[in-house]
Amino acid sequence: MAMMDVQSGDSFESFTGLDANDWLNASVRTGTTLMAAEYDGGVVIAADSRTTMGSYVANRVTNKLYKITNNIYSCRSGSAADTQAISDIVSYHLGFHSIEMGEMPLVETAANIFREIIYNYRESLMAGIIVAGWDNRKGGQVYMVPLGGMIMRQKVAIGGSGSTYIYGYIDQEYKEGMTKEECINFCKRGIELAITRDGSSGGVARIGIINKDSLNEKMERRTFTGDLHPRFYEG
Amino acid sequence: MSSIGTGYDLSASQFSPDGRVFQVEYAQKAVENSGTVVGLRGTDGVVLAVEKLITSKLYEPGTNTRIFNVDTHIGMAVSGLISDARQLVENAKTEASNYRSQYGNNIPLKYLNDRVSMYMHAYTLYSAIRPYGCSVLVSSWDEVDGPSLYMMDPSGVSYGYYGCAVGKAKQAAKTEIEKLKLHDMKIEDLVKEAAKIIYLVHDELKDKQFELELSWIGKNTNGLHQRVPLKVFQDAEKYAKAAMEEDSDSNSEDM
Repeated sequence: MAMMDVQSGDSFESFTGLDANDWLNASVRTGTTLMAAEYDGGVVIAADSRTTMGSYVANRVTNKLYKITNNIYSCRSGSAADTQAISDIVSYHLGFHSIEMGEMPLVETAANIFREIIYNYRESLMAGIIVAGWDNRKGGQVYMVPLGGMIMRQKVAIGGSGSTYIYGYIDQEYKEGMTKEECINFCKRGIELAITRDGSSGGVARIGIINKDSLNEKMERRTFTGDLHPRFYEG
Repeated sequence: MSSIGTGYDLSASQFSPDGRVFQVEYAQKAVENSGTVVGLRGTDGVVLAVEKLITSKLYEPGTNTRIFNVDTHIGMAVSGLISDARQLVENAKTEASNYRSQYGNNIPLKYLNDRVSMYMHAYTLYSAIRPYGCSVLVSSWDEVDGPSLYMMDPSGVSYGYYGCAVGKAKQAAKTEIEKLKLHDMKIEDLVKEAAKIIYLVHDELKDKQFELELSWIGKNTNGLHQRVPLKVFQDAEKYAKAAMEEDSDSNSEDM
């Protein structure tokens, strides 16, 4: 009888059990793949560029590597609105702080302000953030601030829905003391692997490089469009 | 009543006709009645030394100390009214603790100095309160910034120093400090010199007894502010006393 219903021209929804119009009510999310890794002299950050509302791709060229200060960037995952708002608050906070201190803010300081906000509002926020940057005290640093407001410094961090597909890749391929180019390739490949498996990740792979030069000039960025991505076994 | 002040010294919120705030100057006088405090900054650390005057033989040794830990990496030595100073120490501790819980790392001394001196300055602005009757020295060291030493006075003014002295014999102590080549002195030598200066400037006739307090922070303490170990303390004291005897010998030869 069910077959009959389908044949009699029933809707896509009841046939598939999916709601094709879910995007009408869905919140905007950066269902994402993020990476950040220390290399010899700095950090490389990387992200895909897909923003979704349910199954709808709201933005396919999103910038998820968000500038906090010249030397500090946040990689955002979770609610687009929440992560953007938090990043802006931290950015303002650090701007004030650096004037008060008379020097560039530390990456650790930035990560701790993220932690404070995400922890205090853990019941209402949907934000998992990786804070990465370079300062003259501890060099290139990566801090992971996941959902509940924990903080941990890591040599390499991954985040977002796509990250679950590449844990094995990270474990196997990350090496301490990589060169800049090695690290860029490592991160690029990680994003590409996640994009091929994760439906919520896609678009281009964006890479940022932060090191001691970032204090004075713009962060070095590289973008790899879809046609540059490698093709893996597709059966 | 003498002519000083002449009515303009009752409140910290009023200037005298020649542009002075008497309450602040009186607070500075309170510091000048207190034991001498010396701070020396060398290449690899900072030493704080205090001449703690003993007003009664009934006091237990080692009580009412004048050197405090504000945080693991910050030391504070105080001169002036001890009860006022303890409030400032409390304020500094709160600042350091808040900074740590908000930003997850050590408060920079430069910033703590700004905060505490602003706090002291606020007490020179209102008629209902009096300024703090003390000057404080703060010391710190870290791998990137190296050693730092600041002094704040009751007016809320503060400066960074290579070497500084406050209290009763600050003039004599400063003269002694100026003889030192602080730019290339190691912390081990600073301890001895600081002890020597305290012994040298102590006035045996007016103040019979005193207790020497010594603390250091630097590369050797791993950036932690600590009282110097007993052995170092005894060596420094021995050095100070030897220098005193040499001094009195040469004086008697002159006669």
